[in-house]
Amino acid sequence: MINLETPRKQRALIDQAHQLAMNMLRPISRKYDRAEHEYPKELDMLAALIDGVSETGATGGAGASGGRQGGAKAAEKKEPRDPDAVRNGANLASVLSIAEMCWGDTALLLSMPRQGLGNAAIAAVASEEQLARYEGTWAAMAITEPGTGSDSANITTTATKDGDEYVLNGEKIFVTSGQRADSVVVWATLDKSLGRAAIKSFLVRRDNPGMKVERLEHKLGIRASDTAVITFTDCRVPAEDLLGSPEVNTKAGFGGAMATFDNTRPLVAAMAVGCARASLDLTRDLLERAGITIDYDRPAQVQSAAAAKFLQLEADWEGAKLLMMQAAWMADNRKPNSLEASMAKAKAGRVGSDVTLSCVQLCGTLGYSETELLEKWSRDSKILDIFEGTQQIQQLIVARRVLGLSSAELK
Amino acid sequence: MSFLNTLRPGGRHGLSSREARDPIGLAVAAVNRLAQSDFIDRVGLRKQAEQMVFSTTRSGFRVATAAGRTFARAGGRKAGERPASATSTGLFDLTPTEDEQMLVDVVSELASEVLRPEAAGANEECAAPEAVLAACQEVGLSGLGVPEALGGIMEERSAVAGALVAEALARGDMGLAVAALAPGSVATAIALWGTDAQQQTYLPSFTGSEAPAAALALAEPSVLFDVLQPATTALRDGQEFVLDGVKSAVVRGAEDELFVVGALLDGKPALFLVESGAEGLEVEADPSMGVRAAALTRLHLNGVRVPAEALLGDPEGVAYAECVRLSRLAWCALAVGTAQAVLDYVTTYVNERVAFGEPISHRQSVAFMVADIAIELQAMRLVTWKAASRAARGKDFGRELALARQLCTEKGMKIGNDGVQLLGGHGFVKEHPVERWYRDLRAIGVMEGAVLV
Repeated sequence: MINLETPRKQRALIDQAHQLAMNMLRPISRKYDRAEHEYPKELDMLAALIDGVSETGATGGAGASGGRQGGAKAAEKKEPRDPDAVRNGANLASVLSIAEMCWGDTALLLSMPRQGLGNAAIAAVASEEQLARYEGTWAAMAITEPGTGSDSANITTTATKDGDEYVLNGEKIFVTSGQRADSVVVWATLDKSLGRAAIKSFLVRRDNPGMKVERLEHKLGIRASDTAVITFTDCRVPAEDLLGSPEVNTKAGFGGAMATFDNTRPLVAAMAVGCARASLDLTRDLLERAGITIDYDRPAQVQSAAAAKFLQLEADWEGAKLLMMQAAWMADNRKPNSLEASMAKAKAGRVGSDVTLSCVQLCGTLGYSETELLEKWSRDSKILDIFEGTQQIQQLIVARRVLGLSSAELK
Repeated sequence: MSFLNTLRPGGRHGLSSREARDPIGLAVAAVNRLAQSDFIDRVGLRKQAEQMVFSTTRSGFRVATAAGRTFARAGGRKAGERPASATSTGLFDLTPTEDEQMLVDVVSELASEVLRPEAAGANEECAAPEAVLAACQEVGLSGLGVPEALGGIMEERSAVAGALVAEALARGDMGLAVAALAPGSVATAIALWGTDAQQQTYLPSFTGSEAPAAALALAEPSVLFDVLQPATTALRDGQEFVLDGVKSAVVRGAEDELFVVGALLDGKPALFLVESGAEGLEVEADPSMGVRAAALTRLHLNGVRVPAEALLGDPEGVAYAECVRLSRLAWCALAVGTAQAVLDYVTTYVNERVAFGEPISHRQSVAFMVADIAIELQAMRLVTWKAASRAARGKDFGRELALARQLCTEKGMKIGNDGVQLLGGHGFVKEHPVERWYRDLRAIGVMEGAVLV
């Protein structure tokens, strides 16, 4: 039965995330935007709080590692379910709670201990044994290289088998939480001549002497989140830390590593949805204080230009949010969602920029000034249309799927 | 109107009132008028034309409304039967119910097998073929929003089913979909807000085999029109209301036997049931840019008298506001269906059309336009479904509906525009349907009334 509301059983969780965002993230939001690279120590307590709540099961498996296909297995054992029954599980809970947290502060959400993108990768491709071994780790994600961004099949970091170890060599950039996390999921190729099939991911622990954080970037936005450049020099990793299967199957291609993105793209869409809603909420309030209320029944063209603009922004935002929920709902119900995940990421990414930038414009110098957070949100949102696949990459994926074209046909 | 008056700028021939004609311009305009000899001929034929068949392809042609059937009065003054609100499991879900899916399957077939093949012709004729309307009637479209207790087919509030049906029909053709949905829209309005007497009097004919043509007339032909403040007025006079004004976008006005007319009563908008043939009621052809198969007309009300029982719903504007929202919702669903037709069509076209030695779909500038159509279309669909689902469950859906309307208006038009653009010059000629969808999609955001779910 068609229903696009927040799932009833997840409402308490979402409300909780909203309270955390309001009362723990907002008060330190500007502080760590100014103090770039300083560790937000307040987050340790928040992470402990979240872990505590998770153990009670109240989060419904939400969080970075919630996106494991079939991650709701534990719950299933308890109550056998009709396999055809509609499921609202960890994926929906994750996007909805991440959106709330990013309504608080996107950069701080990205800095949340044990909630790294590497955790999402582990959840997506690790074996059961690895999953158990890595429990409690805080994993960053290292894919991008100085010469390789969106064409991640072209990475040059190498992994060479030596006994029961792999030896990694190469340089990774844009590693979110690269300095703070206690491990990094690194993409490397076993044999560059075999193309994307030979790309595997490895879990490297921070204390590995072959891994070095070279520097932290100074950024436009999400400044509370550290973004590291990391080098790997004869970095030796135990063979059991290769995530998933070590086989190089040229037929199966890139699927394994790329499967991560089906999980993480809706999460990034959720970040954009949350960040943009912060701007909408405040702007609506500021407009009301200026005597402009949004009338949902009267035509936009008989209202003020500001109200008409706001309606347009809110409509786009609603579309992005529902695409995000659709992608997560499909994952919860084990439907392949690559297309919908990319649609959600594409729409939410560009809507995030449009909404946050337009809200600054609607609010004039008040919006532009650091006295409000509107200008910050419009800087934070930009990265969400870039990382985990830029707007253009998402369009490429959607276009190929809709048109039924291969990557050789539609380059 | 005097000859000089017709030469005065101000909206005529697309001239703004700031334009001024100098003496040479006036002379040229006068010569031009004389040259339009067939125009003069037509003026000469004007009297005879009154007896001719009403043609909606010709604007400004005005006749009395159809001499409709007599609706036998029945029922009492108590409140009418109301469909129950749908209940929710509390789960986020994008799966239609089995009943809804069955309905969608039937209507989808109707859309592709009956509506689409007739669409181009109906657009030319400015009329929906009888066979198409009969086929739609046969699947029970007119009883879709009418509860089972009143002879309809739905067990509970059917806004979702209605939206899904409108979407599926418009995937065939928007103009024909509007023509086919108009009578059911009036029936739904009576089911939602009618008294027992109104329901007993009118609904049996809608759920029977010979459903009357009927139209929901809310729009008016004025700039910055606000449907919540119609210029059409209703004045109390004893036991009657006297209606005055002009309504536009009235579907198949010449055939209609029953109108639901929006008018301002004591400063608040209200709905009135007006039967065709009433004294002072005239219908004028108003062919528009698109949705032409719906045979759009203007309805002139000059001192039309209706009994006190003609008021449909409350006089406080509550039913009226809900009617406006549900009508906009139907237009959103129509936009989704038409945009889907565009996506289907351009997907095939850009994969087959070869330029520079390969299909044009292999170029990012083309492929990305298609990707954007797919993304925005799905966003339109989800936002529309959310509003429909809230309406069906009896929740406030004002915000969701406003957002759906905004999105469908803006993105729907962009999709229509891109649809033509992707076919290049071929998109501009009538050999392909994209130019019709371009014209149809402009209706979204412009239209009020006509359809309702």
